[in-house]
Amino acid sequence: MIQLPNRWGEIVEETGKLSQFAGNFFVQLFRPRFEGKEFLRQCYTIGYLSLGLVGLTGFIMGLVLTLQVRPIMLQYGVEAKIPAMVSLSIFREIGPVITALIFSGKIGSSIGAELGSMKVTEQIDAMEVSGTNPYKFLVVTRVLACTLMLPVLVLLADLIGLYGSFIGINIHGSTSFALFFKQVFEAMSFGDVLPAFFKTFVFGYAVGIIGCFKGFNSTKGTEGVGKSANSAVVLSALAVFIIDLIAVQVTDLFNFT
Amino acid sequence: METGITKSKVILEIKNLNKSFGSNTVLKNFNLTLHEGENIAVLGKSGSGKSVLIKCIIGLLMPEKGEIWAFGDKNIPSLGLEELDIIRSKIGFLFQSNALYDSMTVRQNILFPLRRHWIEMDKDHEDLLVHETLQNVGLAHTAEMMPSELSGGMRKRIALARTLVLKPKIMLYDEPTTGLDPITSREISRLIVELQEKYKTSSIIISHDLNCVRITSDKVVMLIDGTCYALDTFDQLKQTKDPRIREFFEE
Ligand SMILES: Nc1ncnc2c1ncn2[C@@H]1O[C@H](COP(=O)(O)OP(=O)(O)OP(=O)(O)O)[C@@H](O)[C@H]1O
Ligand SMILES: [Mg+2]
Repeated sequence: MIQLPNRWGEIVEETGKLSQFAGNFFVQLFRPRFEGKEFLRQCYTIGYLSLGLVGLTGFIMGLVLTLQVRPIMLQYGVEAKIPAMVSLSIFREIGPVITALIFSGKIGSSIGAELGSMKVTEQIDAMEVSGTNPYKFLVVTRVLACTLMLPVLVLLADLIGLYGSFIGINIHGSTSFALFFKQVFEAMSFGDVLPAFFKTFVFGYAVGIIGCFKGFNSTKGTEGVGKSANSAVVLSALAVFIIDLIAVQVTDLFNFT
Repeated sequence: METGITKSKVILEIKNLNKSFGSNTVLKNFNLTLHEGENIAVLGKSGSGKSVLIKCIIGLLMPEKGEIWAFGDKNIPSLGLEELDIIRSKIGFLFQSNALYDSMTVRQNILFPLRRHWIEMDKDHEDLLVHETLQNVGLAHTAEMMPSELSGGMRKRIALARTLVLKPKIMLYDEPTTGLDPITSREISRLIVELQEKYKTSSIIISHDLNCVRITSDKVVMLIDGTCYALDTFDQLKQTKDPRIREFFEE
C-alpha cells in the first residue's frame, strides 16, 4: 500500500520522459544533416529483413480466418460473402494489428537490445563526444525507418492474407482468382482502407520510439539490456492496442459527421 | 621537477567541482591543474567518481558547481553545443569499455570522429589515414575486421587509435588496462607513453592498476571522498604513512 504512490510517481515520470523523447523526433527530423546512409541501412534491416516473417504470418492469417468463418457462413447460407468478410477484417483490423504486433516483437526488441547495449558499453557517449548527435544518428533513422516500413509490411501482409484466404476457399469449394478479387474489391471502399492504412504509420512510429527510448535509458549492466529489450516489446505491443482503440474512435467520429 | 612544471602553460584547470546524483554526492570541491605535457594519474576506489570526473571534463555530465577551464579560456560547463564540439575535437577520450561501434568495421570506427567535419574525404586519403592510425597501435591488418572479431587487447588498441585520429591535445584515459592480462596491460601502458611522446599530449589517466600508473604518469592524484585527497609523485605517495593512501599500495 505504501509502495503504491511511489510506483505511480514513477509511471508519471516515465510517461513524461517518453513524451519528451517522442516529441524530440519531430524537432530533430527537420534539423540539417540527414543521416541518409544509416537510414537506408535501417530500412534494409527493419523492412527488407522482415518480409519473410510478415509474409508468412499474413498468409496464415488469411487462410485460418477463412477456414474458421466458413462453417458459420455456410450455416447462414452466405458462403458467397466469405471473400468480402475476410478481406474487410484483414484490411481494417487483423492485418494492421497482427503485423504491428509481430513487428514489435521482432523490431522493437532488437532496437531495444541494440541501443541498450550501445548505451551500456558507452557507444552512445562516444558518438556524442565525436560530434555526432546520437539522437539523430540512432533514433531518427530507426524511427523513420519503422514509420515508413511498417505500412509497406502491412500492405504486403494484407495482400498475402487475401491470397491465403483464396487458397482457404479453394480447399473446400472452388472459386476463380478473378471472381474472388471481384468480390473483395466490391466489398471494400476507401473509407475502409485509408484509416486503417494511416494508423499503421502511427504503429510504426510508436514501436520505433518505444524501442529507442527503452534502449537509450538502459541501466548499467548486461541485465539492463535484457530488461530494455523485454519492456520495449511489452510496452510497444500495449501501445499498438491503445493506438488501435483510439484510431477506431476517431474513424467512427469522421464517418458519422 | 617542480619548477619545470610551473613554467609550462596550464592546459586544463578544474576548480571546486561538485557533482551529485540525487542524494549521492560524488565529487565535492574537487580541484586539479594539468599543465602542458604533463600526465596525471587519478587513483581511487571503484565507485569513487573517477569516471564521473572525466565525463564532466568532456561535457557528458553537467556538474552542479565548479569550473573546468580548458586551453586557458573556455569554461566547459558553460559552453553551448557548438563551442563544446570544438573543444571536444581537441580532447581524446578512451572509454572504460572501449565503446567501439559494434555494427561498423574497424575502418569505419576509425573514420567516425571525422564525420564532425561534415565533408567526405576521398578514398585514397581515407585509406592513408586509416593505415597510418592503425600502424601507430600496431594493428594495420585489422582495418576490414569487425570489433567482435578482435581480442580485448586489440579492441583497446583500436579504441586508442580512434581517439588519436583527430590528434588531440588532451587525452583522458578511463581505466585503460582493466580487464586485460598483466602482459597486455604493460603493453598498453607502454603504448600510451609512446603516443604521449609522439603526439605531445597532456593526459589524465584513471586507473587502479599501479603498474600502469607508474609507467604512464608523472604525478598521481588520490581521489578519496570526492576530493583531491593528495597529489604527489608515485614514489612519494608509495612511501607515505597515511593509512588511507597506504591501502592502495599494499600488495
Ligand atoms: N549517470 C549516473 N546516474 C546516477 N548515478 C551515477 C551515474 N554515473 C555514476 N553514478 C554514481 O556515481 C558514483 C561514481 O561512479 P563512477 O562511475 O565515476 O565510479 P568509478 O570511480 O569510475 O568506478 P569504477 O572504477 O568502478 O569505474 C557511483 O556511486 C555511481 O553509482
Ligand atoms: Mg569508472
